[in-house]
Amino acid sequence: MSLQEELVGPPPAKLIVDHVSKWFRTTRQTVHALDDVSLNIGEGEFVCLVGPSGCGKSTLLDIISGLEVPDQGTVTADNEPVLNPGRHRLVMFQESALFPWLDVTGNVMFGLKLKPGLTNKERLEVAKFFIQLVGLEKFSAAHVHELSGGMKQRVALARALAPNPRVLLMDEPFAALDALTREQLYSDIQRIWQKRRKTIVFVTHNVREAVCLADRVILFSRNPGRIREQFDIPLPRPRDINSIQLAEHAGEITRALKGHSTGEVSE
Amino acid sequence: MKRALLATIFFLILLAIWSVIVQLKIWSPILLPSPQSVGEYLLGAARDGTLLQATSVTVRRLLVGYLIGIAIGLPLGLLTSASKFVEDTIGVLALGLQTLPSVCWIPLALLWFGQTESAMLFVVIMGTVWSVVIATDTGVRNIPPIYARAARTMGSRGLHKWTKVILPASLPYLVSGMKQGWAFAWRSLMAAEIYVTILTGFGLGHLLHYGRELHAMDQVIGVMFVIVLIGLLTDKIVFAPIERFLHRRWGTGLR
Repeated sequence: MSLQEELVGPPPAKLIVDHVSKWFRTTRQTVHALDDVSLNIGEGEFVCLVGPSGCGKSTLLDIISGLEVPDQGTVTADNEPVLNPGRHRLVMFQESALFPWLDVTGNVMFGLKLKPGLTNKERLEVAKFFIQLVGLEKFSAAHVHELSGGMKQRVALARALAPNPRVLLMDEPFAALDALTREQLYSDIQRIWQKRRKTIVFVTHNVREAVCLADRVILFSRNPGRIREQFDIPLPRPRDINSIQLAEHAGEITRALKGHSTGEVSE
Repeated sequence: MKRALLATIFFLILLAIWSVIVQLKIWSPILLPSPQSVGEYLLGAARDGTLLQATSVTVRRLLVGYLIGIAIGLPLGLLTSASKFVEDTIGVLALGLQTLPSVCWIPLALLWFGQTESAMLFVVIMGTVWSVVIATDTGVRNIPPIYARAARTMGSRGLHKWTKVILPASLPYLVSGMKQGWAFAWRSLMAAEIYVTILTGFGLGHLLHYGRELHAMDQVIGVMFVIVLIGLLTDKIVFAPIERFLHRRWGTGLR
């Protein structure tokens, strides 16, 4: 594989979630985390999973990544069943999960080194490219503790993008950041996604964030975790989180979200 | 600089109090020698080479026993953290034997190995191994699970996972475990040297022991002083910089 191909990447993947159910059993109780969830995600589609905490959206992300195994149902990525984690589906976590014993370049190189068919020189090129893409070229030798929260998430993004996965899974990656840093990252994510189309599944409880980023927003309800409604977001990109059209879409979804949660209380 | 000055003053005051108590002649000088006579003993022992000789014998035993202890304890600790079976067997054994004061190994060591270097080493190793096993095990168990999850998604498993993620992630714990192991090794060795009389090497513990036999209190206190000094220097010169580095890099324990 040439370096050029490496930087452009394979086609994004199609994901099929087929009748997935998951229970978490502890000695005290059994939680029905996901109940018969089915979902088709197209190649290169940006999908946001939204819902109250405990609705199973993060569990679904873990199942798609292969970190968790569903009790019922299957997940298929490009016609292959997902049985284990693999470098075609990389995850960006809420905490950056960067390795403190490595510098920025070392962290971005971590996944690359596990990818066969590249020389170390090419790997370094690729790492540089992605560190530049997230705007951290001045910090390539910095250590994790020297970075701000926003910078850490940028490194985590570069680390997830560098091995060229076909799917990017993001689990509330900006939840711990301040509003200004988040807004900057929304535009960065959109810019990067337009440049390097990946299939992205993005979990959040922030409705505006979801509307700002997604082609499609999937609304979950809890107890048990189910898909309640889906919303297409036909807004042009790049989107501004403060725009009025965006707020209208977000309002619609928020009303639906509240409707479900009040409905649950009266149940 | 100011801290160094204050510390110096503190120790000078300690020395002064000691001198005053000696001057008051509450205890006979045989029981409580003056700082001067302890200093004279140390100077003399340093000049005629006994001190250097004993220190080198002791430090050599310590290093050999300690390194063997770590070489055994570290992999065992990794195993107990990785396998339920090893945890239930070796892990429980380590937990039990760690509570056994290392002096208790001396009668057994004497019967098995006689009055030899091996007996000495055996006691030091037994004193070190179990605490290293437990510290390593604790270290691995305290790794944030997010590291392992992130590594798994990137395709890291097996040997790669252990060498590139788990070992470096638990390094701060491993170092504190090694420090603890060193403290145990040091205590074990002193106990062994005081109780085991052997002809192949005359260590600091023996000097201490013969100080008592000869009623040479200046020697007893002088040697104790040297033992404390070695412990202090090891901590300040070997472990403290490593710990500082790890804390900085891992962003932990910042004050």
